[in-house]
Amino acid sequence: MIPRVTVQRNALFAGTIVGLLLAAPVFAQQPPASAPPASAPPATAPPAATPALPPGSPLIGRPEGNAAAAKLAPIAPPPIPTAPDKLPTAKLKLPPGFNIEVYASGVANARSLRIGDKGTVFVGTRFGNKVTAVVNKDGKTEFKTVASGLYRPNGLAYHNGTLYIAELSQISKIDNVEANLDNPPRPTVIYTDLPKDEAHGWRFIGIGPDNKLYISVGQPGNNVLHDKDHGQIRRINLDGTGRETVALGVRMSVGFDWNPVNKQLYFSDNGRDWMSEDAPEDKLNRVTKTGEDFGVPYCYQGNLPDPEFGWGHSCGEFVPPILLTGPHSAGLGLRFYTGNMFPKKYKDAIFLARHGSWNRTKKFGGDILVVYLNKDGTVKSSEPFLTGFIENNNYIGRPVDVEIMRDGSMLVSDDWNGAIYRITYGKAHTANR
Amino acid sequence: MQRLIAAMALICAACQPLFAETLAERMASCLACHGEKGQSENSEVPSLGGQTAPYLLIQLYLFREKQRVVEVMNDVNFTDDDLRTFSDSISKLPPPQPSPDAQYTARMQSGRALVTKNRCNNCHNLDLSGRNNIPHIADQREDYLVKTLRDYKSNARHGYDGIMAEVLAPITDAQILDLAYYIARFR
Repeated sequence: MIPRVTVQRNALFAGTIVGLLLAAPVFAQQPPASAPPASAPPATAPPAATPALPPGSPLIGRPEGNAAAAKLAPIAPPPIPTAPDKLPTAKLKLPPGFNIEVYASGVANARSLRIGDKGTVFVGTRFGNKVTAVVNKDGKTEFKTVASGLYRPNGLAYHNGTLYIAELSQISKIDNVEANLDNPPRPTVIYTDLPKDEAHGWRFIGIGPDNKLYISVGQPGNNVLHDKDHGQIRRINLDGTGRETVALGVRMSVGFDWNPVNKQLYFSDNGRDWMSEDAPEDKLNRVTKTGEDFGVPYCYQGNLPDPEFGWGHSCGEFVPPILLTGPHSAGLGLRFYTGNMFPKKYKDAIFLARHGSWNRTKKFGGDILVVYLNKDGTVKSSEPFLTGFIENNNYIGRPVDVEIMRDGSMLVSDDWNGAIYRITYGKAHTANR
Repeated sequence: MQRLIAAMALICAACQPLFAETLAERMASCLACHGEKGQSENSEVPSLGGQTAPYLLIQLYLFREKQRVVEVMNDVNFTDDDLRTFSDSISKLPPPQPSPDAQYTARMQSGRALVTKNRCNNCHNLDLSGRNNIPHIADQREDYLVKTLRDYKSNARHGYDGIMAEVLAPITDAQILDLAYYIARFR
């Protein structure tokens, strides 16, 4: 069963998937409701706009002559970071008792975050060519370039003193990185077996409890059949050998982490565009067995067969999501909260950065969602945690990744403003950084 | 020692204006290749007239960061303020004129149909004038359009987010030629 989050569920005509799809949902504020079982009759999805289009065409679903749809295009962030005094911190909202401050500004297109053993914050980027280290020394923030001349160094991982950097088509590492911040050696390439497609050509990486390097490789388009190299999360040994597919049927995952309790891999996945304003929803998934198939492009959101590729398939063939996270909301980076600063209810909960929609008239997402789990690793409930990034249907910031500091505070990257925020709990303090 | 540093700082402060060029002088070297009136006369060098400021800013940024690779552009030294100043100034150039040579009706029709079919005129506007980060493409140089579309298709042209690579994936080279033909003569 798929927990589905909508406050309007009581008003819905029970069991009508169409109703579910058409309802204007207010997401992720309520305990999960039951979704139709995956074996229910196929949902009535909007027909393809032009039947003559071949499956996989980037034009599928894009209506012709529809003024509202014609206005929608991917939203480009400003390339130059926002000045510190113009950051939207004062407009951001948190539950009572939490505080937010600017941890670092001027880090252009700040994306993935990782923290070293000595507290160095490493920042990846999608549009720049550098990986930046943010060091707080005696209350002063210093920026150091760890590596430069890279291409889309979005993905970062840190493990036993080594920083791993994922560019579009290769992964490299810097050993003993925190001891060499002032004069870092050139990264050593360990893995080049990656596609070179520009579309969805940015990676998220992480090191699992099995000491392997996990890599997300999205699909090279909106809605395409995957081949052996795309649409998956794979893992390799730390020397680049032993490639193995961990999760299949993944459209574009830009965030995953391991549950500290059951050690299972949880990942976010972004649903396809141009099906409709409200469907499909993005997903939070859980891998319980290596090599599981999560359905893309045959089935979206666990219960919605794709109008082009879904024929001959049933959603029941695939592993359903554990949570639907809203249409086009772009859930990206996520972490389990393993710190001790936040109240007890947040212990081992998932914090998910939702970058926010573009393929939707009314913007949705652009926040941090907290997802509470049951003991068995399923979802208990979810609610927005950090909000306020959307103002008058425009972004004033877009969260990308979260990371937990040693003192239990939380960092949030914002690629719109080129900034990193820090969230603390309790009396406002600039605690040990 | 401190006096020496102070003296050197003074000298450098004084000599700065000798090296610093005015905006007009620096712009002149841009327009020498790209065309003074927004219309480029040089093969595969784009016309910049009518271009949107956000698109120009992003491209100059990508050049500076060497994410978009064109040697002569990668060699320019831009500060963040330069990026803003230049993109704002260049965006005020008048739009280029349609390519003046003969229009073959069949190719114009083919190009127009492809623009509609591929929804080019959604993001780039019905008059192909662009908006925000989406470039003005109407009456761009035909050779530059051909090169750009081919480069997007082959993943050689690095955009901000890969959307053009995706859009170009199913488009054939013959279609690219017709698209460029039509867009360069757009009226």
